[in-house]
Amino acid sequence: MSALRKGKRFLSTQLPGCDPSELQGKLIVLEGADGSGRSTQIEMLNAWLENLGFATANVGLKRSTLVAEDLDSAQQGNILSHTTRGLFYATDFADQLENQIIPALRAGFVVVADRYIYTLMARDIVRGADRDWVKSLYSIALVPDAVFYLRVSPQQLVERNFKKNATLNYWESGMDIGLSRDMFESFIKYQRLIQAEFRRMQVEYGFEVINGNRSTRAIANELRTKIQAILDMPTP
Amino acid sequence: MTDESKYPGKLIAVEGLDGSGKSTQIYLLKRWMEMQNLKVFFTEWNSSVLVKETTKKGKKRQLLTPTTFSLLHATDFADRFERQVLPLLRAGYIVLADRYMYTAFARDIVRGCDPRWVRTLYSFAVVPDITFFFDTPLPIALGRILSGRPKLKYFEAGMDLNLADNETDSFKIFQGRIYEEYKNMVPTEKFVVMNGLLPVEKQQLMVRKFVEQKIDLPSFRWRGKR
Repeated sequence: MSALRKGKRFLSTQLPGCDPSELQGKLIVLEGADGSGRSTQIEMLNAWLENLGFATANVGLKRSTLVAEDLDSAQQGNILSHTTRGLFYATDFADQLENQIIPALRAGFVVVADRYIYTLMARDIVRGADRDWVKSLYSIALVPDAVFYLRVSPQQLVERNFKKNATLNYWESGMDIGLSRDMFESFIKYQRLIQAEFRRMQVEYGFEVINGNRSTRAIANELRTKIQAILDMPTP
Repeated sequence: MTDESKYPGKLIAVEGLDGSGKSTQIYLLKRWMEMQNLKVFFTEWNSSVLVKETTKKGKKRQLLTPTTFSLLHATDFADRFERQVLPLLRAGYIVLADRYMYTAFARDIVRGCDPRWVRTLYSFAVVPDITFFFDTPLPIALGRILSGRPKLKYFEAGMDLNLADNETDSFKIFQGRIYEEYKNMVPTEKFVVMNGLLPVEKQQLMVRKFVEQKIDLPSFRWRGKR
């Protein structure tokens, strides 16, 4: 991205008590379904960045001090309606934004986010939330320096999920929205809906689609090349 | 906001400062309706079991910012709205709400949240058929709270806003600003303004009369119809 632009900006709503222009670090987002290879890539990215001398911080979904625990137990009981669930996740996001992402960026860290608002928005929209409502809700997010979307075909995702857990996740199969009573069929349908939403957002938010059907090594190399271009690489 | 006439039920909300007497009034309204055998349900601000622990933790450990404070209350509201208020309105109940989204509009905006963002946050909510605003002058409302319950909590007193160095002074300034926000909403949100200085029973008679004129109460009886 532009070397001229210093600091950061919010999507469209100013957070009280924060001047984003003073944030000097970099915010890099990896998006993708479970089984897209996201976590593996993030681990490798962290090691690579630290090896280059960058301080890194990691954030992700449902990791906030404030709500992660209660959100998890609420989901176990499956007692959340769609809007409530969406807002609970938004609270989790906002807590991490204000208490982890922003302080780390202020200190000049490279923040690597294991998913960001795009997954949250796609999930809400697929569940029938009003598109403009969701956009407004997350308009408090910082615009990342780069967003990479690891796209893997639903069939590949099924294979990888089975290989890893021998089962499909209830939420990642969208079982709560009643696409099908058959989990396998629901998973495929749900992932297609999410991917369609990501295609739409890709145009709007301009993120990079990475072909995730390839080898771990090939993906890692592509990510490094692209991230290198946005980092101010230290000169020896 | 959702069109209010879409559902067979009716929604009545009360708003006002802490100590304005609104809770007493809605309680008496509820009793009156129950004694008429009406299908009535009462819901209270910040009472969802779902986020109770989170709010408690956030407040106790002072983890909340204006934004997370706002979102947590919206989550609480959404939970009660989606699971109780909306289904009951669809089922033809009279729903009574002690504080509604206007409380969030006032408090969150005073805390510095973007007004348009806060309002959009609640755009899924049904607009009440009647919203009573209990207009009690600030010194009177403050007096009722400060004499009856002198120990103010951190967020309740608005201490997170750094308005003053002690709870009582902070509370006074904070409530004053909320009062201003309420006053601004009177014309735009079509509040029914009640004079909070009148005796309790007099106010209640006025509330009942207004409700009776606006809502066909007998049609909400348990027995009789159907």
